[in-house]
Amino acid sequence: MSQTNRLQGGLIDRGRTLSFRFDDRWMKGHPGDTLASALLANGVRLMGRSFKYHRPRGPLSAGSEEPNAIVELRDGARQEPNTRATTAELHDGLTARSQNRWPSLAFDALSVNDRLSAFFAAGFYYKTFMWPAAFWEKLYEPMIRRAAGLGSLSPKPDPDSYDKGYLHCDVLIIGAGPAGLAAALTAGEAGLSVILADEDPLAGGRLNAESFAMGQQAGHDWAAETAARLAAMPNVRLMTRTTVLGAFDHGIYGALERVSDHLPVPPEGKPRQILWRIYARRAILAAGATERPIVFENNDRPGIMLAGAMRAYANRWAVTPAREIAVFTNNDDGHRTASDLAAKGVSVATVIDTRTDAPGGNGYEVIAGAAVTGTFGRLGLKQIEVTDARGARRRISCGALGVSGGWNPNVSLTCHMRGRPAWDADIHAFVPGGTLPGGMVVAGAAAGMFSTHAALHAGAEAAAAIVADLGKTAPSPDLPEAEDAPVAITPFWHVAGARRAWVDQQNDVTAKDIRLAHQENFTSVEHLKRYTTLGMATDQGKTSNMAGLAIMAEVAGKPIPEVGTTMFRPPYTPTAIGAFAGRSRGTGFRPVRKTPSHVWAEEQGATFVEAGLWLRAQWFARPGETHWRQTVDREVLQTRNSVGICDVTTLGKIDVQGSDAAAFMNMVYCNGFAKLPVGKTRYGLMLREDGIAMDDGTAARFAEHHYVVTTTTANAVPVYRHMEFVRQCLFPDMDVQLISTTESWAQFAVAGPNSRKLLQKIVDTDHDISNAAFPFMACAEVTVCGGLRARLFRISFSGELAFEIAVPTRYGDALIRRMMAAGEEFGVVPYGTEALGVMRIEKGHAAGNELNGTTTALNLGMGRMVSKKKDSIGSTLSEREGLNEDDALRLVGFRPVNARDAVPAGAHLMRRGDAVDAAHDQGYVTSSCYSPALGHHIGIGFLKSGNARMGEILRLASPLTGVDHEVEVVSAHFIDPEGERLRA
Amino acid sequence: MLIDHPLLGPRDAAEFVYKGDAALIHRPDGLAEGALDAFIEYGYLRDNPAGAHRELWFHEQGDRSWLVVTRDTVTHEITQVEMARDVARREGRSR
Repeated sequence: MSQTNRLQGGLIDRGRTLSFRFDDRWMKGHPGDTLASALLANGVRLMGRSFKYHRPRGPLSAGSEEPNAIVELRDGARQEPNTRATTAELHDGLTARSQNRWPSLAFDALSVNDRLSAFFAAGFYYKTFMWPAAFWEKLYEPMIRRAAGLGSLSPKPDPDSYDKGYLHCDVLIIGAGPAGLAAALTAGEAGLSVILADEDPLAGGRLNAESFAMGQQAGHDWAAETAARLAAMPNVRLMTRTTVLGAFDHGIYGALERVSDHLPVPPEGKPRQILWRIYARRAILAAGATERPIVFENNDRPGIMLAGAMRAYANRWAVTPAREIAVFTNNDDGHRTASDLAAKGVSVATVIDTRTDAPGGNGYEVIAGAAVTGTFGRLGLKQIEVTDARGARRRISCGALGVSGGWNPNVSLTCHMRGRPAWDADIHAFVPGGTLPGGMVVAGAAAGMFSTHAALHAGAEAAAAIVADLGKTAPSPDLPEAEDAPVAITPFWHVAGARRAWVDQQNDVTAKDIRLAHQENFTSVEHLKRYTTLGMATDQGKTSNMAGLAIMAEVAGKPIPEVGTTMFRPPYTPTAIGAFAGRSRGTGFRPVRKTPSHVWAEEQGATFVEAGLWLRAQWFARPGETHWRQTVDREVLQTRNSVGICDVTTLGKIDVQGSDAAAFMNMVYCNGFAKLPVGKTRYGLMLREDGIAMDDGTAARFAEHHYVVTTTTANAVPVYRHMEFVRQCLFPDMDVQLISTTESWAQFAVAGPNSRKLLQKIVDTDHDISNAAFPFMACAEVTVCGGLRARLFRISFSGELAFEIAVPTRYGDALIRRMMAAGEEFGVVPYGTEALGVMRIEKGHAAGNELNGTTTALNLGMGRMVSKKKDSIGSTLSEREGLNEDDALRLVGFRPVNARDAVPAGAHLMRRGDAVDAAHDQGYVTSSCYSPALGHHIGIGFLKSGNARMGEILRLASPLTGVDHEVEVVSAHFIDPEGERLRA
Repeated sequence: MLIDHPLLGPRDAAEFVYKGDAALIHRPDGLAEGALDAFIEYGYLRDNPAGAHRELWFHEQGDRSWLVVTRDTVTHEITQVEMARDVARREGRSR
């Protein structure tokens, strides 16, 4: 059997034959085919099983609205579930599998659900899987998940890349049917920058699916010629295979271009898809209309499809679903299917028209005032039962039935920004209404203008109005004569009395389910939708919502516009998550910032840790060290005993200059900076305006009007932002300028008793850095290594005699190498962030764990630093009563009573003998480490009235991690509490 | 969203960081009488209009200007964009 249902003509390339596989069968098709058209050509109507009842299904449509013909495409890592066969373009070697069936599509074990349908009515899950609650996770959910769901994902990483792109245009035209093409011609010839996007690979819209003439040409020829003309205009970008997914604020549209989906694999260097963000001054929505079915008994058998889709298969793809067909319609458009298929040599058994005044047939029988009341054929349609106006029933043999209940304008994009569709009683459909996205107009079938003539002229006029609005003149385009038939429709939504009549074929929602929902008082459409799952499948109810609303309206005894529609939301069609991720995968997920000593640290075999975007050396293991603690203990001890070096470039650096720099510093820091002498550094604490500690660091005064502020690594960006807020919004006339210099300076901490001796070999000898000339907290601009400018600070985070030295970033690598060489005689070690953390905890210095967004200066033991003599950010609200209670938390240290116990951060403190609960909570540990200097674990943290509880034994508990032992409250300054080492 | 920066023209909202009500410009004097009450009002009490709202946006991925953007919270329509510094001066924060 080979392409038995292929007809003459069509827009396919018969010169080439393509092979493809569906399940286990290899078949042939042609370029221009979709998977669905090629399967139909090969006599395959059965393409999938339904979601809930596993009913056999074939394609309902010929486009992106498809609910039924959902397949798994491709193999291996490129396997993609839930793909519409009606939009998948055929290529040689394409492989596809049917979904939701076992063991085979023709024999599916779970089709037993269909026999049990009485038990699976609307709300079945809510009513059945309620109790006992313990069964939910272990039994019900896995069971439901196994039975439901459609295709399966490939567990392998996606081998393809996805891009994001940004486009700007005067006018975005959505849809390249007659309205869109006429609009693009008008705007393009007027010189506007135009983007014309269509989801189809071929421009033309319905012109490719109809047999209409355009002037002296075939409609599809006019479309192809016009598209070619547009593509040749430098100011027009014709984007086929591009779906506009959503309309957003201020003329921004999201669009997905399927660059390589129609190819076996993406060409070298090309992405599979591009997610475009289009900034459009104006937009014309010319998205056309979608046909809606009529609901009747067993209306879901393979072979039953939309009449317009049947016509599209015949005219565009030269395919018929069967050699003998029938049509069921409530409007004149359905008759076109009969005449087009008859013209292609397909036998038209009959046209069943619900209207008593139906037009006559053109060589085929028309049964007026009749309805289809039953269908037969287990895996594909064989017969239909027709009941005529007098109630007489007869059976008619046919392998396919085209159904037309009228057309719905594609209003989705008009609703993404608060638009609400309005009911048009002339065409019995919702048309765009309410507030459209700014700058959008609607033309053609999307606006309810269903004739080709009307679409052409509406498109051209919409574009001409935009051209004039944007100050250009539009030559009138030369539009061909086109079909201008009026809409003739009598609403007919469903056949009364049907028992198993499908409204939403993808989610298996029947007319009965809708009546049941109403009976159970789910009367709002939004409730109806969620209770029955109507319109909640991947097709978003494009072919089902309208019938659902109509049945709901009928049951409720309300007119349809009063029932209203559910919300339309982006994306318009299903979109791969990969497209939203774009290049943000793996190492492309976010940028990596490397410190100036990164290359050198890699050479040393450093282990790195992420600190925000930065990669910092965590420790530098040496051969023979088998545990990170060994390495870190060595780095700490060697630094405390001799000298160690750590890259601290990641700390934020902000240059503050101007004649009001001192006043500005006094405003952003809670402690005073105006009186800081030039050549000195001071520790500063910044508060948020609500009085909570925001960030800390040192600030150095290099000149009367020049400070250098240091922030923590994590807060470099927010602190800069905050300082600019203070400068621009609060004190607009202060003469002060700020700039972030974090990446301009490579900065190293050099710590330990031999740090001065080491630096004396680096700093040029005309700068005296002896204790007398360069005491604790001094700062100076110096030169190093024979004239290189540098900044030197005598500050200490480790508690040792220590310096920080900064050189322009490009010299950072050279400086670390020089310093390591110069320090060799002292046994200098590089140390990483872990040793840095150990030393600051041993010294009781607060860091991010302590400045955690809930703590005040008082909590941190720095309450007296908040100057009362000046106004500063946060000083007033830090005086609130609630932040200053007698038993406020205070930063203290903790020592385990049993020396082998740890003091884990996150554990809470209770009085001995008290229960472990929130009511008895005394505080918590924020930072902890093993102290190599003391030989046991230590911790620091917050304890109620902690400063007055030295020596008290407390119960440390973390029920989650099984910690429950005793600790002693001690000073947070475990090392050198008097600060003698710092000043040495 | 697009924000029409007074110096740089229309820029994508993704370049900006949002702060909140532009009333934050009117920071009370911490040394004045009744400062605590004034700061509680300033720090915690905001209008939450459905409609025009003046708010602060920072052009962090741009020229680092703070802007006062008048945005309709219902429709997202932006009717005015000014340099926050100009607004602050005009509204009395000049020395």
